[in-house]
Amino acid sequence: MNVTTDLDARFRAVAVAEGLVDVRYDVVASPVGELHVAATDRGLCRISYHGDEWEERLARGFGVRVLRSPLDEVRRELDEYFAGRRRSFDLPLDLRVAEFPAAVLRELARVPYGRTDTYGKLAARAGRPRAARAVGTIMNRNPIPIVLPCHRIVGATGALTGYAGGLDVKRRLLELEGAMLEA
Amino acid sequence: MGTMATPRVPPFERFYLAHRDEVLGYLRRLLGARAEDAWQETFLRALRAYGRLEHGRHLRAWVFTIATNVALDELRLKQRTVSQVDVEPVTELRRDAFRDLEHLTGELPPTERAAVVLRYGYDLPYAQIADALGSSEEAARAAASSGVRRLRRTHERDH
Repeated sequence: MNVTTDLDARFRAVAVAEGLVDVRYDVVASPVGELHVAATDRGLCRISYHGDEWEERLARGFGVRVLRSPLDEVRRELDEYFAGRRRSFDLPLDLRVAEFPAAVLRELARVPYGRTDTYGKLAARAGRPRAARAVGTIMNRNPIPIVLPCHRIVGATGALTGYAGGLDVKRRLLELEGAMLEA
Repeated sequence: MGTMATPRVPPFERFYLAHRDEVLGYLRRLLGARAEDAWQETFLRALRAYGRLEHGRHLRAWVFTIATNVALDELRLKQRTVSQVDVEPVTELRRDAFRDLEHLTGELPPTERAAVVLRYGYDLPYAQIADALGSSEEAARAAASSGVRRLRRTHERDH
């Protein structure tokens, strides 16, 4: 006895509408692969390039009432971004990080579309000029890549260094934005 | 068993995917065409309570309990306990025998129907059926037993 698509969709919609869900998620196709996206009532809280243990990771971060449910606004803004029609995101965010990482991510959000910046400069703007390495770690753990554009942060020599989705994805995002890259 | 780790409560999505079809099948057996609303109500009740679960044990029996409560409410059964003390010896049924009688379960009183379907359709132990019915284990066994006898009588009457 299988639950029909309609019945399933109705249940998910009612569960969300009644506020019974801690965190909901969706999977969005993109030119850089499937993106796992999640949101709470407060806003977008995760974007992930891989789906391993995805529901468990969300449960640990936000509570066990994890439910898949369409995130149309997030999908729309990401689609527009990848189509080159959107240069910044208007989505509310639910960031649950400590004070310094929050300061760094706020500064990160201000790095303009199509531009790059270095770990050291970002550290300085967040108030700790010597914390380039810590900023590297914060970029590495960025809960909402793409929307918080850690792909725009490169090494002091202009080398791409690292990226959660792989260096290839980092390069493609910068190319999409028309950033000038070192050869 | 002290070394066995208590299973964590899985993310709701996993619990839901694991049980949604089976619970709909159960409710169809109890309620027929009215099953879909009861199914949605069952998972909404489960979701409301889910954040307060302390471990991931017996989640299947737990969701069958909720579904049974919703179904009995739907069947307007106010009285949940099996009042009649069954003095006859317990009647059990083989699985293949149940398949022959299953189409007749709709004629059983609600509590007996739920007990028989949980026992023979879903293989739940009587302790868990008792939880589902809000009764003692003896009463659950008596309800299933009485249901089986009633099914057999109906079957004989029709043949």
